[in-house]
Amino acid sequence: MLHLPQLSCKNVTIVYEKEVAVSNVSFDIEEGDYVSVVGENGTGKSSILKAILGLVPLREGTVSFEEGFKKNHIGYLSQQNPMQKEFPASVYEVVLSGCLNSKGLMPFYGKGAKKLVKDTLMKLGMEEYIKKSFAELSGGQKQRVLLARALCSTDKIIFLDEPVTGLDPVAVKEMYGLIEKLNKDMGITIVMVTHDIENALEYSNKILHLTKRGYFFGTKDKYIDSPYAAELDGNAAVRNGD
Amino acid sequence: MTAIINAVGDMFSYSFITRGVLVGGLVALCASVLGVILVLKRYSMIGDGLSHVGFGAMAIGLAFNMAPLKVAIPVVIAAAFLLLRISENSKIKGDSAIALISSSSVAIGIIINSLSEGTNIDLNSYMFGSILAIGSDDMVICIIMGVSVLVLFLLFYHTIFAITFDESFARATGVKVNIYKSLLSVLTAITIVIGMRIMGTLLISSLIIFPALSAMRISKRFKGVMIISVIISMVCFFWGMVASYMLQIPTGAGIVVSNLIVFIICNIASVIMRK
Repeated sequence: MLHLPQLSCKNVTIVYEKEVAVSNVSFDIEEGDYVSVVGENGTGKSSILKAILGLVPLREGTVSFEEGFKKNHIGYLSQQNPMQKEFPASVYEVVLSGCLNSKGLMPFYGKGAKKLVKDTLMKLGMEEYIKKSFAELSGGQKQRVLLARALCSTDKIIFLDEPVTGLDPVAVKEMYGLIEKLNKDMGITIVMVTHDIENALEYSNKILHLTKRGYFFGTKDKYIDSPYAAELDGNAAVRNGD
Repeated sequence: MTAIINAVGDMFSYSFITRGVLVGGLVALCASVLGVILVLKRYSMIGDGLSHVGFGAMAIGLAFNMAPLKVAIPVVIAAAFLLLRISENSKIKGDSAIALISSSSVAIGIIINSLSEGTNIDLNSYMFGSILAIGSDDMVICIIMGVSVLVLFLLFYHTIFAITFDESFARATGVKVNIYKSLLSVLTAITIVIGMRIMGTLLISSLIIFPALSAMRISKRFKGVMIISVIISMVCFFWGMVASYMLQIPTGAGIVVSNLIVFIICNIASVIMRK
């Protein structure tokens, strides 16, 4: 039988009002992969994630999931949205909204969804906050709640857009620990946009590095030997030298 | 106290007031639930814009001797689509676009009204609202519309929450966001057209904004905000009606001022609760 990857992007090109954000990028993601998407600002890291999720249109190319994969098998943790800062919602309400697609056409959630919310919050160590107001949580707690919501909507693949930006070092470490647990213990594919190249190299098995001139996609070991890795390291050295 | 109870008893002996309370109460209910969404989505000015478009449409309806509601509902629904589209398009600034459309609609309405004869008094009541505006024919349309707004809202409550809280997550996980946004704009348009007869073009948007803002001072949960917003809206509507009857003041203004008082009380309460 022909083996198909879980997610396959072919010749993806994204254009915003005449400006090319992503040009002719192709890669395959297998089930259970942990892919970090890295690169300088403005190289289209978020754009490519949004294109896979159908949030921005493709100019050229295709994005295809394995056979039988439905859109409601996707989990998504977007960049922090300033509007959510003062949104009146309890942790329970936020996480429950991740179950929306499994609800089908019924107007209300069943017992299964409510149990899933509790179990998921337990897994992420947030069960005591279930009745708290989302707006009043710390940055790290908010991200964990949003991760719980993503987990309620999928057990296959989660896309994360800079999940640790703005978190304190302890929360960053916890977040990486949780994401690794989802990947290793539950077999969930992780695709993460990040600025944090050190942690990307520590946790992921594959790297997608976008630059204005070209891109690298491959295993971590190949990446470390490639000129692309030297480029990011070089930049880090320049920054540290300031 | 007995004076108030007697006044309430008196009020309901007039059939036009009973009609006003029924339709107005339903509008207050719809406006308070939709208001929470519109305020959180930063669309609250759209309500204001739509009521002005409604004014223009009703003036045209009156001038051509058509039932004003039947002209205004489709026009305002179309305007709701347009305004939502504009506020998402980054090229045009949403708030200035709404201001342009609002003032143009009112201007066109006034010109058409002054060119046709003998309808000035009616138009004035559309500006500031009138409890007399709801005839028994209108009442049936209003109640059917109001009940459908509520039923649709309840059916899609969870999806509407998901879209309001995080549109891109909803879209990424396969929710047909555009359909629900269109639904929201239709529901808002209907609520505003029905409500502006009682509240007036200038005051109807307060029915959408005030209860939601007051409720958000008190509760930090979505369901809580919804329920409190409904209670505040109903109570303020009722007291506004009673006050307008007892003190002989315009109904819409009475309702807005009672909402204002509750808003101030809720703000003080939230400061005290935080301490």
